[in-house]
Amino acid sequence: MAAMPNVEARGQATFDCASEAAMAAETKASRATSTVRLIGLTKTFSPNIVALKGVDLDIPGGEFFTLLGPSGCGKTTLLRMIAGLEHATGGEIEIGGRAVTHIPAHKRNVNTVFQSYALFPHLSVRDNIGFGLRMCGVKKPDIQKRVIETAKFIKISELLDRKIDQLSGGQKQRIALARALINEPDVLLLDEPLSALDAGLRGELQIELLRIQRRLGMTFIFVTHDQQEAMVMSDRIAVLSDGHIQQVGGPKQLYERPDNLFVAHFMGHSNLFPIQKHDANGVYTELGRIVGRFESGTHMLIRPETVTLTPGQSEGDNHLSASVVERIYRGSVAEYRLNCGATELVAKCNNCGQDMFEVGDTVTVVVETDGLVTLNE
Amino acid sequence: MSDTGTAWQAIDSRPRQRRISWDTWHLLGVITPGVLWIVLFLVLPSILLMGIAFMTNGTYGLPQMPLSLDAFKQLAGYGFLGWSPGNLYTVIRSVWQTVLSTSLVILIAYPVAFYITTRPAHLRPLLLLLVVVPSWTNQVIRAVGWMNILAPGTPVSNLAAQLGLITPEMGLFPSKFAVVIGLVYNFLPFMVLPLYATFERLDYSQVEAARDLRAGPVRAFFHAVLPQTLPGLMAGTVLVSIPAFGMYVIPKLLGGGKSLMLGNLVARQFSSASNWPLGAAGALIMIVVTLIGLQILRRMSRRLGGDIEVVL
Ligand SMILES: Nc1ncnc2c1ncn2[C@@H]1O[C@H](COP(=O)(O)OP(=O)(O)O)[C@@H](O)[C@H]1O
Ligand SMILES: [Mg+2]
Repeated sequence: MAAMPNVEARGQATFDCASEAAMAAETKASRATSTVRLIGLTKTFSPNIVALKGVDLDIPGGEFFTLLGPSGCGKTTLLRMIAGLEHATGGEIEIGGRAVTHIPAHKRNVNTVFQSYALFPHLSVRDNIGFGLRMCGVKKPDIQKRVIETAKFIKISELLDRKIDQLSGGQKQRIALARALINEPDVLLLDEPLSALDAGLRGELQIELLRIQRRLGMTFIFVTHDQQEAMVMSDRIAVLSDGHIQQVGGPKQLYERPDNLFVAHFMGHSNLFPIQKHDANGVYTELGRIVGRFESGTHMLIRPETVTLTPGQSEGDNHLSASVVERIYRGSVAEYRLNCGATELVAKCNNCGQDMFEVGDTVTVVVETDGLVTLNE
Repeated sequence: MSDTGTAWQAIDSRPRQRRISWDTWHLLGVITPGVLWIVLFLVLPSILLMGIAFMTNGTYGLPQMPLSLDAFKQLAGYGFLGWSPGNLYTVIRSVWQTVLSTSLVILIAYPVAFYITTRPAHLRPLLLLLVVVPSWTNQVIRAVGWMNILAPGTPVSNLAAQLGLITPEMGLFPSKFAVVIGLVYNFLPFMVLPLYATFERLDYSQVEAARDLRAGPVRAFFHAVLPQTLPGLMAGTVLVSIPAFGMYVIPKLLGGGKSLMLGNLVARQFSSASNWPLGAAGALIMIVVTLIGLQILRRMSRRLGGDIEVVL
């Protein structure tokens, strides 16, 4: 582990995957170079296909950053532009403070884990993983050594001599990850890497991916259309819709304080009520009057886990009378669909041993003003 | 993960065991016609050919007993007048012209096939048709066409003479050059079609992966495009080189009698020269050379892109 002259000859410090101390040291050194900045980025495929309509993003080094949005909103396009696989129609891309907008993919220190894996079927697992180093002119013995170390790190040592068509989806995913990580890129791009896997494996790989990112301290830009996955994994999330960024923030911020209806819907919220009238002490909605100090906005969001249900009718500020329409038992919580005023409200109650309400029961919904957010369309 | 692996193997092995107990007679019924065909039209003629090659030449060119290696000695150049290299030259020339024209066909067909793939979908059938249409005309007529284009005094020949490539009275036809042109022209479609088929299925994400992993355009081609097109390339090479190696019409017409190939030598033994054993020996050598060539091809394909086998 002492001297690695050939590796050093690449002109940049490299680290040894086996030695975690070295890894951590390298991580700190490289963090400064791995910021990503997008300035007014646009992409037009043809006059009527505008995939990105001016995207501004600032991603600090070492962050697990997620692009979240429905299918067709431009996530892949954005990722491919950072990788250099797609030319920008307008705007600038900076990686590590260096403008790379017009630098081709093979000269950017960025690697991608492709949605379809895109492994080379004619090469063994070993040669797939070593491909990037081979292209950089690293000597064969050094490639071998680093492939073995990376394989150990990603836990695929026993797969090294397989052919690609002898692998399961989850195994391919790990190899695609190893093939990208071994090059120690400034930024790792992952395009829905887990969406083709079944739920169990997916959860397992989510945690593992997160662990790897934490240990390497590498900037990860992760694409998904699954808001749960985004919340579990990300430091910050950008919600995209139709080529625009709707909101950027941490998982808690996006879930609890969405900026607009689209973000709220996409984060899984359904209790969104148009505000009919604002006054100094509260608002009027279809549910009735809700008292409290709210910022101006067109809609009111009530998170289903912030309301409390009490049996029977009771009077008071923000006490709403309702009847149970449907009950869904989910183990740790019971979810109630309620008829409340002129509309429907969903409430989630923790199951802490109390009796559950039955369909048809009359209940009082007590709304906590702390859990209320106003937002715009 | 290994647990699921063994579980799968267990599931896999069940139908396999069932297959062993298949009705054997049923199976025989299915394969018998094919086997009969192969025996009648491949195995028997080959045995016959081998037999003739090892017999002695009779008065009227018909094979006679006893068995001997005369035909092979003749093929190697030992005649009544001692040793002459003529026949060996023919063998070597055949190999060389086949390799040269197949290489040229690849160099032309590869970009053509790729270009067609990049055209809009509704244009591609038309472009492929244009590649194929010339082969609807009889081979002899096309060869005569090239004779007229390359003969002495034609614009093409004059241009070549002015460039100092040939003397003015020579013309580009008849020559080895004309034979190679004729072969390339004749076999181009047989390379374009299989190549097009592989290009159409090209997984471009592999090219992007290569680019992403620091491969420049040239290396991306050799590591991500070429391996994917190898099946088409190998199929095309087999389809072009084997018939080219045994080609009769084109060397005869365009070579002007001096650039004969093995096919011509063999044909002559069964007609004017009347020496069946020598003809059979020539045919046998063709088969041997072809098999060696296929073996080389297989090695090359393995080195270029892995385990894609050439299936004859
Ligand atoms: N190569 C292309 N040519 C034309 N349109 C494209 C191309 N790639 C993507 N698009 C269009 O750009 C939009 C965004 O696509 P994409 O980035 O793949 O979305 P996502 O990954 O979020 O599902 C879509 O409307 C898609 O049809
Ligand atoms: Mg996508």
